Amino acid sequence: MSTFWSIWISVITLGTVFGCWWLLWATRKSQTSDTETDRTMGHSFDGIEEYDNPLPKWWFYLFLATCIFSLGYLALYPGLGSFKGLLGWTSTNQWEAEVAEAEEKYGPIYAQYGQTPVPELAENSDAMKIGQRLFANNCAVCHGSAARGQVGFPNLTDDDWLYGGTPEAILSTLHNGRMGAMPAMGTMPNMTSEQVDQVVNYVLSFSGREKDAEAAKAGEQVFAQACVACHGADGKGNQALGAPNLTDNTWLYGSTYEWIKETVVNGRQNMMPAQDRLLSDDQIQILAAYVYSLSN
Amino acid sequence: MKHEIVEKNLGLMIVLIVLVISGGFLAEIVPLFFQKSVNEPVEGLEPLSAVELEGRDIYIREGCHVCHTQQIRPFRAETERYGHYSVAGEFVYDRPFLWGSKRTGPDLARVGGRYSDAWQRQHLYNPRSVVPESNMPAFPWLFEDKVDHTKTAAKMETLQTLGVPYTDEQIAEASAQVEGKFEIEALVAYLQQLGTVISETR
Repeated sequence: MSTFWSIWISVITLGTVFGCWWLLWATRKSQTSDTETDRTMGHSFDGIEEYDNPLPKWWFYLFLATCIFSLGYLALYPGLGSFKGLLGWTSTNQWEAEVAEAEEKYGPIYAQYGQTPVPELAENSDAMKIGQRLFANNCAVCHGSAARGQVGFPNLTDDDWLYGGTPEAILSTLHNGRMGAMPAMGTMPNMTSEQVDQVVNYVLSFSGREKDAEAAKAGEQVFAQACVACHGADGKGNQALGAPNLTDNTWLYGSTYEWIKETVVNGRQNMMPAQDRLLSDDQIQILAAYVYSLSN
Repeated sequence: MKHEIVEKNLGLMIVLIVLVISGGFLAEIVPLFFQKSVNEPVEGLEPLSAVELEGRDIYIREGCHVCHTQQIRPFRAETERYGHYSVAGEFVYDRPFLWGSKRTGPDLARVGGRYSDAWQRQHLYNPRSVVPESNMPAFPWLFEDKVDHTKTAAKMETLQTLGVPYTDEQIAEASAQVEGKFEIEALVAYLQQLGTVISETR
């Protein structure tokens, strides 16, 4: 802050404080008596008159006390331009002190959990209490407070994993996030609507639910062209790519003919945001253990 | 000075009243207009793109700022939940700023990148479908209405006049970038960049 503005602020601030002080004394001087009298101001409006009494003493001195308080405050805290105040307080160092205090209190606990392997940590009920709260604050918005997920957001309790359910896979998902992208029509962008019907029937036939057996049979060919690259020849998916297993009873985007058709025709895009930016490594370790504990 | 003189001269009283009530403004606000720390953008801050700018106007139109703040205060409880506290340099291109003053919903200052685009869309279409306990209104019309692209360039020109460093090329391309976009796309684009210029959390 330049000297000019520093002086500008100081003059106005101190001027206001001393101005108030002066006003209090100046108006008090005109009072002839310290105690209440029957003297009036000498005017009468519709018969209503006004007493001419001084401010009550406690009130007057309270006013003065606020002036003195403000001077004390201005000496201790930053308020006069670039003068930092005798306490050296800033909102940043108050925050830092708050964080350091919490770090001292909780840091060792988190550090200890952060060093514990995920399966072992999942057995620790104290750590899992922390894990549950971290989950509620950071994950429940998409995966639900019971971690059962919803359309487009995976269920974490069913032991069916898009990217793998090992401690390493869960940690990697949390740290770096995941990009889930199924291209429209898979690897066969010129799929006809008849072929779409066939491949949807073929996908349904994995779980014995095809609507049209003939179409499903023809769909095998389409599947081989459009889908195997990610979902594999047997439709069991590929966790390295996050391609779901199509033969089980878990469906991220709906299991009916219409839902699957929508998925095939328009593709699906979603992502799990990386938590590295939002959480500490120790917190991620605890969260991974919590997610691991949901299905183990 | 006799108090009577003040009371009986309206002009003098007005001058004195203005002087008294402007004290706080003169000491606390006027100097900020000239401080580097509040007028200089933080490193890496870019003006909003044409689509994001339209998204911001939708954010204002729908009154998002009435229930959501965009300022993280320097308290641990807030930085743990939302990320790095807000700094003045992040808002130099915001005209008007959208800090807000009441949180019915959570703070959005660093919501950018926190959830996927798909989540944002679903949540705006029907908040209860992803957060059952939410009391946020649904905004289904954002998925039907297209952004009005005819005024985008004029908005950017105005901001340019006010000191936002848009280039003339950016303004020339603005209308074409926005044309045909649904309002939801613009709003999600705006939300996904919020607060991302400062990336560290603690």
